[in-house]
Amino acid sequence: MSAETRTGAPVLEVDDLRISFRERAAERAAVHGLGFSVEAGETLAIVGESGCGKSLTAFALLGLLPGNARASGRVRLEGRDILGLEGEAMRRLRGTRIAMIFQEPMTALNPVLTIGAQIVEAIREHEAVSAADARTRTLSLLARVRIPDPERRFGEYPHRLSGGMRQRVVIAMALACAPAVLVADEPTTALDVTVQAEILDLIDDLRRETGMAVVLITHDLGLVAEHADRVLVMYAGRAVEAGSAAALFAAPRHPYTRALVAARPRPGSALRQRLVEIPGQVPPLGAMPPGCAFAPRCPAAEAPCRETPPPLQSVGTAAERVACLRWKDLRAPDQSPVRLGA
Amino acid sequence: MRMPAGGSAAIRRLAQMVSVVVGIAVVNFFLLHLAPGDAAQVLAGEAGSATPEYIAALRAQFGLDQPLGVQFAKYLAKVLTLDLGFSVRQGLPVAQLILDRLGPTLLLMGASLGFAVLAGGALGFVAARHAGRPLDTAISALALLFYATPVFWIGVMLIVVFSVWLDWLPVGGMAEIGTGRTGLAHLGDVLRHLVLPALTLALYYLAIYTRLTRAAMLEAYGQDYVRTAVAKGVRPRRIAYRHVLRNALLPVVTQLGLQLGAILGGAVLVETVFAWPGLGRLAFEALFQRDLNLLLGILLCSSVVVVLANLAVDLLYAVLDPRTARA
Amino acid sequence: MTGTLTISAARPRPAGLVARLIRRPSAVVGLALLGLVAGAGLAAPVLYPGDPLDMIGAPLQWPGMDPAFPLGTDMLGRDIAAGITHGARISLMIGAVATLVALVIGVGIGAGAGYYGGRVEAALMRLTELFQTIPPFLFTLAIVAVLQPSIPTIVLAIGLTGWPGLARLVRAEVLRLRDGELVQASIVIGASDARIIGLHILPNVLAPVVVSASILVANAILTESSLAFLGLGDPNVVSWGGMVGAGREVIRTDWFVAAAPGLAIVAAVLALNLLGDGLNDALDLKRALR
Repeated sequence: MSAETRTGAPVLEVDDLRISFRERAAERAAVHGLGFSVEAGETLAIVGESGCGKSLTAFALLGLLPGNARASGRVRLEGRDILGLEGEAMRRLRGTRIAMIFQEPMTALNPVLTIGAQIVEAIREHEAVSAADARTRTLSLLARVRIPDPERRFGEYPHRLSGGMRQRVVIAMALACAPAVLVADEPTTALDVTVQAEILDLIDDLRRETGMAVVLITHDLGLVAEHADRVLVMYAGRAVEAGSAAALFAAPRHPYTRALVAARPRPGSALRQRLVEIPGQVPPLGAMPPGCAFAPRCPAAEAPCRETPPPLQSVGTAAERVACLRWKDLRAPDQSPVRLGA
Repeated sequence: MRMPAGGSAAIRRLAQMVSVVVGIAVVNFFLLHLAPGDAAQVLAGEAGSATPEYIAALRAQFGLDQPLGVQFAKYLAKVLTLDLGFSVRQGLPVAQLILDRLGPTLLLMGASLGFAVLAGGALGFVAARHAGRPLDTAISALALLFYATPVFWIGVMLIVVFSVWLDWLPVGGMAEIGTGRTGLAHLGDVLRHLVLPALTLALYYLAIYTRLTRAAMLEAYGQDYVRTAVAKGVRPRRIAYRHVLRNALLPVVTQLGLQLGAILGGAVLVETVFAWPGLGRLAFEALFQRDLNLLLGILLCSSVVVVLANLAVDLLYAVLDPRTARA
Repeated sequence: MTGTLTISAARPRPAGLVARLIRRPSAVVGLALLGLVAGAGLAAPVLYPGDPLDMIGAPLQWPGMDPAFPLGTDMLGRDIAAGITHGARISLMIGAVATLVALVIGVGIGAGAGYYGGRVEAALMRLTELFQTIPPFLFTLAIVAVLQPSIPTIVLAIGLTGWPGLARLVRAEVLRLRDGELVQASIVIGASDARIIGLHILPNVLAPVVVSASILVANAILTESSLAFLGLGDPNVVSWGGMVGAGREVIRTDWFVAAAPGLAIVAAVLALNLLGDGLNDALDLKRALR
């Protein structure tokens, strides 16, 4: 079942998303005016280091923010505003139109229920199907996520499965009702490197099969290079650069992105070469500088940078945006472009 | 060869039972010899009902003139062959006395625990779902109050209210004497007599289970798999029962095992207040008749009951938690 | 985001602890109530000099009938208010000392088992299991019956039966700390066992032990009053449980004789439980480090 929209409009549109926390009578902003969109059949990667707000953004999309968090702005799923939805209305969308998979597969499944029962639940909570039909669908889902011997696995409990297998089960649950959007929050961070590749390839294949949009949250640039069509780079709760993955790696514009791309160790580079670091730390939530959040660590920062946060502006093609006042003045990167899709 | 979870638990508990019996034999033996006066005199109870010949016979029987080690070996042998001695006061073997009174105590314990777990679980469930709101505060406060109130006082006060003032329920005993009721009528009579004692004993444990269920459910609500279920679009009610409660039951069942010893102690008080003809009351009578042999026999038997009940709890836990099945 | 490497298990400082404790209304109520009970006990010899077991009034006067006896008199003409205030001394004292006994045994066994492991741990845990299997109240009954009821024997009996839960708790904490970085580092630099246990492990075990202690005192008071109710209290002193037991005889007509001392027990035990809950939250390290 395809999830393409007829008009070609994006399946998911986020506009001016702001998320703040109320902690001990103080309001702390964690995400400031984030905006992006995702089309059917493509993967948007949201990249940033720990604490930049990317997971919070993901939770906001599904209405999973904790009780002391406030979100404002607009989130449009298939043209429909969902940010303000509460209770039953939002519940109906979860799993059917938008689904999420999480970072820690070892604790994501209920230990006292069989995995078959948990996938069946994902189906029967939304669709009126008989138990037998649900079971059949579950078995085919298990086969689709490449779990061997689905009949046997159906009746097994989660503790008998490895991390990679559990994540496949979680993916099966997420896809059970063929959602239009899959949000994957660091789905492979807790897994072995070899398993990481398998899981992400699986997600790519499923995306091609179903035409769903994928929002991939990650801190790993390598994954972005291999699996993302477009990228949004976040820093301290703001988008600093957005564009196609190819362009980003070939010619990163924002100083932070440039530093990230440069910091990756490359095969073939001389062994003795020092790894490039980004000096300094991300400012904590309560101590954001008035201007660009990256300015304290930026080699190119000047006075105007420290006054107000630079807006995200379109550069080059419409889809490419940078939030930096000085990107034009920076020298062209002297490292060779990263090879994508190897 | 894979042993089912139940099998290994049973073996473990049986081994524990043996070591507990031996351990208690040691403790009993120790207590017997700690009591002031000659052990034989202690065993025979206070002078008056025991003739000098009887005491001499006891001495010979227990080999009190022999070294302690031999004495202990003899005592242990007797215990392991289920010979718990003779109660001079009651004129019957200890083992038989205990067996006669075991039924009523098990009935009382079963009714109390059953009520405490079901009502406590329900209250804790409700409190957790309304966490932080007035209903939760009310339930938690009530639980705390029951927890702090002594069992014997509740019993006495319940008698005042329900037997003396309202005259709805009988003051004590297990059944009305001399009416010759049989079958269902007798059962009804026993149940009527069971209400107050069971309720009294239950209130303390109800408090424990309310608090425990509430805490376990709140903990379960914070788990990742609940977040997954919400993300899947599962209805809140189903999440509460199928995901949260189901997992919250596990620590509750574990605690159940630990409470069993305590509830037997409570039974002593409740049976005394309500004149319920069980082991607890027997222990109380033994106490005041200075019938130490009987008292220690009850100690032994109740410990064995605790071990067996713990075994039952282990098996229940193995059913509830699929992770306990080990190769 | 980098953080600083902490190698010591952080403990909240005492000043912060008191502040956190006061913030919780339940803990404040508990402290106040406990203060009231303890105050009554302390003031007893002043308020009601002499022996509370003396028969000084007309029997079975209702509370309020005679202003000299605010809580009335029992069937032997003893002042109930005097009995309750003096009973507070007895109950709190027995509760505290018995808990001390249980603490010494429990912490000793638990720490020994957790730290030394191996056969020592196995043997100690067997012992703990045995004492946990024997129904505690029956055990206490038997000990008191054998040794004849008196304050020292009651204290000993309660202490001897109350330690298993604490031993388990302490062992778990010690195991957690022993495998932690601080202790491992100390072992590597050659600190002696006594030093490690005394300086590093025990202070960090203190928090859960203090919380347990509060609950233990509450349970000790319940046990002591239960013993007295059954007639196994020290015959020379007044006890709340004993008063309830005596009041049973006249329950049909003069129920206040049994009611009043029972409420005193509820007050004391409730206070200690509230305090224990409050301490539990205040000492919760996870919250303290936020």
